[in-house]
Amino acid sequence: MTNSPLYDPGAPLPSLPGHSSDGRLERVLRSGRFAVTAELNPPDSADPREVYDRALVLSEVCDAINATDASGAHVHMSSVGICSLLTRAGYAVVMQISCRDRNRIAIQGDVLGAAAMGVANILCLTGDGVQTGDQPGAKPVFDLDSTSPLETIRSMRDKRQFLSGRKITVAPRVFIGAAANPFAPPYDYRPLHLAKKVAAGAQFIQTQYCYDVPLLRRFMDKVREQGLHEKVFILVGVGPLASARTAKWMREHAPGVHIPDATVKRIEGAQNQKQEGKKLCIELIQEIREIEGVAGIHVMAYRQEEYVSEIITESGIMQNRQPRRPARERMAS
Amino acid sequence: MWLPRNGRGAAPRRPNGSISMYAVRLWSVRHSHLMERTYKVLEATLIALAPLFARVGYARLERPFAWTERNLKGLLFDCQMCGQCALSSTGMSCPMNCPKNLRNGPCGGVRANGHCEVKPEMKCVWVAAWEGAQAMSGGTAIVEVQKPVDHSLKGSSSWLRVVREKTAPAPVAPPKPKAVAS
Repeated sequence: MTNSPLYDPGAPLPSLPGHSSDGRLERVLRSGRFAVTAELNPPDSADPREVYDRALVLSEVCDAINATDASGAHVHMSSVGICSLLTRAGYAVVMQISCRDRNRIAIQGDVLGAAAMGVANILCLTGDGVQTGDQPGAKPVFDLDSTSPLETIRSMRDKRQFLSGRKITVAPRVFIGAAANPFAPPYDYRPLHLAKKVAAGAQFIQTQYCYDVPLLRRFMDKVREQGLHEKVFILVGVGPLASARTAKWMREHAPGVHIPDATVKRIEGAQNQKQEGKKLCIELIQEIREIEGVAGIHVMAYRQEEYVSEIITESGIMQNRQPRRPARERMAS
Repeated sequence: MWLPRNGRGAAPRRPNGSISMYAVRLWSVRHSHLMERTYKVLEATLIALAPLFARVGYARLERPFAWTERNLKGLLFDCQMCGQCALSSTGMSCPMNCPKNLRNGPCGGVRANGHCEVKPEMKCVWVAAWEGAQAMSGGTAIVEVQKPVDHSLKGSSSWLRVVREKTAPAPVAPPKPKAVAS
């Protein structure tokens, strides 16, 4: 690796006044640009190349890559491990922390470690129950709920103290995120629950998959009524459905995923289901983009990373923004 | 009233309770307003008795109080004796019955029929909480952020803690997660 004069996404950015982190995602959001994040499917492997290969195709079109934390209660390479690999290659990451597998002691330690590696964004999640995964005999931890880590990390960052009050010498400069699911009951409580997460410290939100835009609009109306869209950046989750069978499987088995019957029928009736799924995703992005208070999208393309770039480009949301040239490209050459 | 939707197997029993306990719990949430008023009277009575409790000694009262709470709240709410009751902030639906012990709101996995992701036969504790909160005068407490559970308080009396906290002028102990009245 040489000291190239090229733009290096991995180079540390100077701190900006009013910013909580030195990361790219916060800058993009605060500058008012429509942000894009994407989920990296973690490998069932110890090979770093698999992580880099998947990150390369995503990074062209997204402002940060999400490293999932054993989603669906399935073991994969850990979010800490993936973040370690990606930050050293210069990628911007969102490290996901689930409360299912770790208690408060482990979570706080991971936050310090992550910030030390250059992780600028942390997303706090409850985590799917262990019964969803292939090891239902595991002990579910759930020491904290998904709101408590927000408050905990905020106090680590802003007050330089752990949950116990013990001091931290150098605070973790991280942008704090939380999840929201406007598509599951109790629907009327969901906007208030979001307000609670914002009060606890959430600065950005990544939602569950959206396949029901009217439901999202109703949620966003309530969000705007509370003025929350001015306090938190909301990135709406989207993803291409590979086939009608996948769609049916997802709504049966993936907790909290709501796919209307009309959507499944539309894909079922298509000649090329995969193409139709992609087209649907692009249409969703364009519709979601028009909703006031939506700050970006979060793409979760399970085993379809190769389509993410096309979907984002064809949806037109990049406008005149240039695709990135990740450091890894130079490393390979 | 409470049968599996998928038609597979017999009527499910909760692993740590019975069908009737579950029905009582739902009844209590449906009558959250009554529960709230009853508790307010109970709390005022207990606070008025604080000088007596202090003379007898809180340590000596701990066991009988915990026993009473375990049985009474166990019957009404399926109380899990976390020792820091949050029922007033959760629409009289005990959050410790959530398989993920969520005290600030539902997870994203709630099923379309309002049932639990982990225990499909059970109504989501937070769907119930939201319904219960509507009927309570203090129902807005459901939007206040709750502190993490202090697991060292498990099994202890929440009522005595509330009495001590509300009658002690200065902080009695090093800052512990605030107990919320039940």
